[in-house]
Amino acid sequence: MDVAKRNLLCTENFSKGELVMRFGKRSLRVAGMLLGAAMLSSVFTGCGDDQAKNSKEIRVGANFEMSGNVANYGNATFEGLQLAIDEVNEAGGINGKTIKLIKADSKSEASEAANAATKLISDDKVKVLVGPATTGSVLAEVQIATDNKVPIIAPCATSPKVTVENGKVQPYVFRSCFIDPLQGDVMATFATKTLKAKTAVIYTDSSSDYSKSLGQVFKEKFEAAGGKVLMEEAFLQKDQDFKATLTKIKTANADVIFIPAYYEEVGKIVKQARELGITVPLLGTDGWDDTKVVDIAGAAPLNNTFFSSHYSEQDKDVQGFIEAFKKKYNHAPNVFAALGYDAGKMLIDAIKRAGSDDPEKICKALAETKDLQVGTGKITMDKDHNPIKSAVILEMKDGVKVLKEKITPKA
Amino acid sequence: MDFASQFVQQLINGISLGSIYALIALGYTMIYGIIKLINFAHGDIYMVGAYIGFFAITMMHVSIVPALLISMIITGLLGMLVERLAYKPLRQAPRISVLITAIGVSFFLEYTMMYFVSPTPRTFPGVFDDVALHFGSFMVNGQQLLIFGITFILMVVLTYIVQKTKIGKAMRAVSFDVETAQLMGIDADRVISITFGIGSALAAAAGVLVGVYYNSIDPLMGIMPGLKAFVAAVLGGIGILPGAMAGGLILGVIEALVSGFISSTFRDAAAFAILILVLLFKPSGLLGKNTREKV
Amino acid sequence: MNTIRKNDLLLIGLGIVVFAVLQGMMTEGLIGSFWKLNIFIICINVILSASLNLINGYTGQFSLGHAGFMAVGAYVGVVLTTNFHWPFLLALVAGGAAAALLGCLIGLPTLRLNGDYLAIATLGLGEIIRIVIMNIQYVGGAAGFTGIPHLTTFPWVFFVMLFTLIVIKNFVNSTHGRACIAIRENEIAAEAMGVNTTKYKVIAFTIGAAFAGVAGGLFAHCFYIINPSSFTFMQSFNYLIMVVMGGLGSLTGSIAGAFVVTFISAALASWPEFRMIIYALALILLMFYRPQGLFGYIELTQIGIVQRLKLKGGHK
Repeated sequence: MDVAKRNLLCTENFSKGELVMRFGKRSLRVAGMLLGAAMLSSVFTGCGDDQAKNSKEIRVGANFEMSGNVANYGNATFEGLQLAIDEVNEAGGINGKTIKLIKADSKSEASEAANAATKLISDDKVKVLVGPATTGSVLAEVQIATDNKVPIIAPCATSPKVTVENGKVQPYVFRSCFIDPLQGDVMATFATKTLKAKTAVIYTDSSSDYSKSLGQVFKEKFEAAGGKVLMEEAFLQKDQDFKATLTKIKTANADVIFIPAYYEEVGKIVKQARELGITVPLLGTDGWDDTKVVDIAGAAPLNNTFFSSHYSEQDKDVQGFIEAFKKKYNHAPNVFAALGYDAGKMLIDAIKRAGSDDPEKICKALAETKDLQVGTGKITMDKDHNPIKSAVILEMKDGVKVLKEKITPKA
Repeated sequence: MDFASQFVQQLINGISLGSIYALIALGYTMIYGIIKLINFAHGDIYMVGAYIGFFAITMMHVSIVPALLISMIITGLLGMLVERLAYKPLRQAPRISVLITAIGVSFFLEYTMMYFVSPTPRTFPGVFDDVALHFGSFMVNGQQLLIFGITFILMVVLTYIVQKTKIGKAMRAVSFDVETAQLMGIDADRVISITFGIGSALAAAAGVLVGVYYNSIDPLMGIMPGLKAFVAAVLGGIGILPGAMAGGLILGVIEALVSGFISSTFRDAAAFAILILVLLFKPSGLLGKNTREKV
Repeated sequence: MNTIRKNDLLLIGLGIVVFAVLQGMMTEGLIGSFWKLNIFIICINVILSASLNLINGYTGQFSLGHAGFMAVGAYVGVVLTTNFHWPFLLALVAGGAAAALLGCLIGLPTLRLNGDYLAIATLGLGEIIRIVIMNIQYVGGAAGFTGIPHLTTFPWVFFVMLFTLIVIKNFVNSTHGRACIAIRENEIAAEAMGVNTTKYKVIAFTIGAAFAGVAGGLFAHCFYIINPSSFTFMQSFNYLIMVVMGGLGSLTGSIAGAFVVTFISAALASWPEFRMIIYALALILLMFYRPQGLFGYIELTQIGIVQRLKLKGGHK
C-alpha cells in the first residue's frame, strides 16, 4: 500500500484521450506558448541599445560580492566606493557630468563574477569596472575586460597575479592597494628584526589566494632572514572550530604564529588560541583590519598581536575619510571600505584628467596617476599598474589599534 | 605537550563539538523517525535559534539561561509552523516532493534571515567571564563546561519525556506505525507537530550554545552542521534517540582527531566518509536493528 | 539502437535549424553578451539535468552527488588542456571517462542502498570528491585553477548537448532503458522478472556520470577559472531541482527544467536580495501544486498537438 501511495507518477502509457483528460489540452498549450514566449523575449532583451545615450552621466560598474561567503567584504568595499562617488556627485560631478554607479552581485563566486562583469559591460554599457573585492573573482573578469577594452580597478585584491601575468602587465587592470610581496616582506622583517623571532608557524586560509600567497612570501622572507618555519597549517573559510589545529600548533612552541587571513576567522582563531594557552605574539595582515575583530576575539586576547595594514586611524590625513564614512553609514569603516574609497578617488581623478568617459583615455589616465591624495594616503601608479603606497604595522592594545611602525617604499 | 595530553585535549575539543551535533541530530532523528523525512531545513532552524538567542541577549539584555529558554520556545513554535505550512499538505506525496520542499524551506529561511539581518556575521556578546580549569597540561574552559552541562540536562529531559510521559508514548507509537497509532486513538497530526516543536527547540539550544562558544553567527551557519548532524543521526541509528546522542559525540571526537592529527581541511570529508562506511556496513547504525524489507 | 530512425533525423534537423538561428543572432550581435553566456549555461545545464534524469528519473536512483562528477570532469579536462595542451575534444572525452569511472565505482557499493539513504550517501560522496580536489595543491586547491583557455564556443556546447540528448533518448527507448524503468517501478519485481538490477543501475550511474563529466569540462572552459566552490551539494540540489521541475522521467522535461531554472536565476539577477527568496517560494509552490513537474512523464512528442502533426504527415 505504501508503494502505491508513494508513487504519484503512474506507469500507464497514456493514450491521447487520457492525456487530454489528465492535463487538459489548454493548459498544455498555454504552458508551451508561455515557454516559447519566454524563450524569445529572453533572447531579445539583451539586444538593441535603446537605453538613452545619456551624455550627462558617466557609467561605472560596481561588481562586488553582495551575497555568498564573502558578502561582508564585498559590501564594505562597495560602501567605500559609494561614498567617494556620492561626494563627487554632490560637489557637482566631473565637468558637469554625474557618475552613475551600476552594481552587480558576483555572489562570491568566480564564475558569477565573470557573468556579472559581462552583464555590466555589454548590457549596462559601463565605461569602467570596479571590483570585486577578492583576488579569485577579479582574475575571472580580467579576460573579459581586456577583450572588451574596459579598464578595471581592483580595490583590495593583493595578489600580484592580478596585474602582472607571466611577466606581462595586463593593460586594462589597475589596482588601488599594495601587493602581497610588500606585506609579507614587511611582516617577516618585523618578526625577525623587531620581535627577534627565530621560529614561526604559518596558519593560512586555504580557500583564499590572498592568504596562500602571503603565507608563501612570509616563509621565503622569514627563512631568508635566518628564521625557521616549523609548521604550516591551513583552515577553510567559514570554519568555526580551530581548537584542534591550534592544539597541534601549540606543540611546535614557535616564537610567533603568522595568520594572514580575514578578520572573521582571525577573531575566532585568536580567541581560541588564547583559550588554549598560546601566549606568543600573533602576526597578521590587512585582512585583520576591522573593528569586528575586537568583538569576535575580545580585547584581551588581541593583546600582543601585530598586523600590517594600509593606514592608521590616528593618522591625521585619514580623519576626513573616517568622519565622512561614519556620518553616511553610522558605523566606522574597515580596511575594505577604505580601499573601496581609494579606488573611487583614483577613478574620479583619472576621469578628470582624461577629460572624457572614453575607456581608453581613462585607462591611460589611470596609468599616469601620480601623488594623488586618497583616503589612506598618497598614491602613485607604478609601471606594473600597482600603486606605490606606504604600509603600517598596527599593534592591538586593549582593543585599540596603535601605530607601531610605518614603512614607506621608495618610489 | 606530548602525544597523550594532545590526544586528551583533542578529545575535550571533540566532545564540546559533538554535544552540539548531538543536539541537532536529536531533532533530525525524531523527525525522520516520525514522518520519514530528511528535514534539510533543520540546520536552518538551528540558525534561527542562534539569532533569536542573539537578539534576546543584545536587545532584551537577559542572561544566557533565559535567552536559551526564549529561543527554544520561539524556535519550537517556528518549527511547528513550518511543519503545518510546508510538510503537512505533502504527507501523501512522494518522498522526492517533500525533500525538494524541505530544500525550498531551507533556502527560504536562510535568505529571508539574510535579508533582515544582513550577511555580516554577528558576534555574541560575552555572557560570562572566561573560566579555565587546568588539569595538568590540558584545559577545559567555562564555556565547554556550559555546553556539556546544558546538553546533558536537555538529553535527560528529553529521555524522560519520551520514555515516561503519555505524549512520549504517543510519539513512539506514531514513529512505529502511523496508521495503527491512529487506530488506537492517537491524534497523529498533533503528535507530529509536537515532535517538530521539540526537535526545533533542541536545535535552537544548540544554536545559542554555538553562539556563546564560537562567538559568531551568520545566516548560512546552519548548512554544514545540519548535514553533519544528519550523519551523526545515521551513525547512531536513525530514529533512535540514544543513537543520535552517541552519534553526535563520536562524530565530534573523530572530527577533532582528524583536524588535530591530519589536517583540518579534511574534516568534512572525514564526516562524510564515516557516513558512507556506516551505510555500507551497518546501515541501521551503531545502535539500530536490522529490518528486512518485506515484499 | 542500431538504426537511426526517422524520428532522430527529424530531431537532428530541428536541432541544426535552431542552432543556425541562434548562431546567426549571436554573430550579428542581436543577443547581448550576458544572454549569450546564459545560453551557454542553459545548454550545459540541459546536459546535466538530462544525465541526472537518467539516474534519478528513469532508474529511480536518488542521486545527490552530480556536482561531484561534474567536478571530476571539469578538473581532468582543464589539467589536460592547460598543462598538457591536449585538444579540446580529447580533454572532454577524458573528463567524461574519468567521471564515468567514478560513477561506476560509486554505483557498485551503493547499490544496496535505496531511497533516502542513497541520497545522503551520494551527497556525501559528492562532497568528499570536492574536498579531496580542494586539498590537491597541483590544481590550485581551495583557491581554484586559473589560466584556463576559453575553448567553449556555442557550436561546441550546442552539439554536445544535442549528442547527449540523442544518446540518452535512444538509451531510454531501448531494452536497456526499459530495464531501468522496470527497476524504478519496482526493483524486487524487476529482479524477479530476470532483469539484472545490479548491471543496469551501474550502467545508469556510469552514463549519467560520464555526461556530467563532459558538461563539467565544457563549464570549466567558459570562465578562465574554476573553483571547488562551484561544485558543492548546493549545485547538486540545483540540478535536481531542474530535473524535478521539468518532470522526472521526461527528457523534454529536463530541457524545460534546465531552461526555466537558469532563466529565473538570470532574470532575477537584478534583485540579488530577493532572488533566492523568490526561488525558494517558487520551489515550494511547485511541489504543492504540480509535484510531477512541468511535463510529468510525458515527452513533447506525446502531447496532443505534435501527435496530430505526425498523424497528418505520415502513417501512424
